[in-house]
Amino acid sequence: MTEEIIIAGFGGQGVLSMGKILAYSGVMQDKEVSWMPSYGPEMRGGTANVSVIISDDRISSPIINQFDTAIILNQQSLDKFEHSVKPGGLLIYDPNGITHEPTRKDINIYKIAATAKAQELGISKVFNMVVLGGFLKLKPIVDKQYIHEGLEHSLPQRHWNLIPQNEEAIEIGKGLIEAVQVL
Amino acid sequence: MAKELKLMKGNEAIARAMIASGTDGYFGYPITPQSEVMETLMAEKPWESTGMVVLQAESEMASINMVYGGAATGKKVATSSSSPGISLMQEGLTYLAGAEIPCLIVNVMRGGPGLGTIQPSQSDYFQSVKGGGHGDYQLYTLAPASVQEMYDFVFDAWDIAFKYRNPVLILSDGAIGQCMEKLYTRDYIPRWTEEERRANAPWGTWGKPANRNHNIITSLELDSARQEVFNHKLQAKYREMEKNEVRYEALNCEDADYIFVAYGSSSRIAMKAMQMAREKGIKVGLFRLITLFPFPTKQLQEVAKNVKGILCVEMSAGQMIEDVKLATNCSIKTEHFGRFGGIIPTPTEVLEALETKIIK
Repeated sequence: MTEEIIIAGFGGQGVLSMGKILAYSGVMQDKEVSWMPSYGPEMRGGTANVSVIISDDRISSPIINQFDTAIILNQQSLDKFEHSVKPGGLLIYDPNGITHEPTRKDINIYKIAATAKAQELGISKVFNMVVLGGFLKLKPIVDKQYIHEGLEHSLPQRHWNLIPQNEEAIEIGKGLIEAVQVL
Repeated sequence: MAKELKLMKGNEAIARAMIASGTDGYFGYPITPQSEVMETLMAEKPWESTGMVVLQAESEMASINMVYGGAATGKKVATSSSSPGISLMQEGLTYLAGAEIPCLIVNVMRGGPGLGTIQPSQSDYFQSVKGGGHGDYQLYTLAPASVQEMYDFVFDAWDIAFKYRNPVLILSDGAIGQCMEKLYTRDYIPRWTEEERRANAPWGTWGKPANRNHNIITSLELDSARQEVFNHKLQAKYREMEKNEVRYEALNCEDADYIFVAYGSSSRIAMKAMQMAREKGIKVGLFRLITLFPFPTKQLQEVAKNVKGILCVEMSAGQMIEDVKLATNCSIKTEHFGRFGGIIPTPTEVLEALETKIIK
């Protein structure tokens, strides 16, 4: 099993930390992992993205340009990465702020209204975990118990009291994701 | 501190390895993309645990000369920077090599020339192995390609530095520095006691006992005949490194028709391109340099004997390719592929370059 993922959105949406929690959960489940952020001036208030690879085998390049899954949280990232999903791959996006829907017919497209749901429930801080839950529903590549350990390792100990809230957000995301038919 | 499995950035691994390997001091000046090295050291406060000194100097020139001063006493002293900062350190580096002072320098390369960009690059190969400073000297140069190697090579660096009384350079780049991967940490090696330091660095300026003459650390010799003798001694040392300390990794080279030669993050990209090529039925291997000096000349010759072409992959305009061509005596078709200025090539681009430049 090798899953090559790009997570992309605005800086501040928790893109990098979502990737880190996923990667750390992979480590806890004894997978090989890599987490490669875009870094540079574009991160300060602009777009942010991170490539995460989780694999049973030694990972060759942490730098990749074709993805099994793209998790997209804004229009710029959709424009940039829709065409980098491998044929037959998975595209997940949050419709918040999206004006041009994805158009590819050779990939599986799902949407998750995580921004709206997180606002409605007053859990905007764990918005990214709602999105992660949606992904894990479709691709359960790491088990629940290891997500818990991944959260423990990713969050400073003083925030461990927030772990249940993060886990609830993941469960909410699992129920929120829905398939999109491209006509 | 026992062995642990962690997820961390390459830069953080460098810092943690410094603490865990019994490093006595770190002097540095912040620069992207390696600022996490000093950030981690400052957060970990090793001066409270191991007694290691961590100091933000006023500049890179100050840093490297603080390394000179500290390391001349036989202590394990390190610095780190990125390309423009390493350029500022070149005078210090040739002095350190000329005075035979063991120390560790880490360069997390970014795009140049000049201040360039803050994104990854590998365009400091010439500076690293052909002498960025003046005079006939060499730095033992290790090129890590993973976060684990960023960590492990710090330990290896101390062994080599003190074995040969020579500065060691870890030549990395922003991609490996910023990438997080899993890491197995090691048991801590305690810092040397005074007695151990005196035994391991009998040449050091740690105070003159009554029973021997002064230890003098200098790179100045006004008598040219004696300077030539000293230069022969340095060269003999470099030849010993070439004989004993070459490191490389050959993957899928046994049946390869073509090979990629690469180091650091480019070697990871080339490894992916190799897998993609194999899926298409093209027999490609990867020869990864781990030491850039000493260059694995004989090993590359051996691997390249039966191949039809070599593609050198480096995030530069083509520097390492010169040593590849020298190693093979230009007997094999050899081309360079690279992106530079902070752009990282994709595995797809590397495979396309192999097909268009080498296979055709």
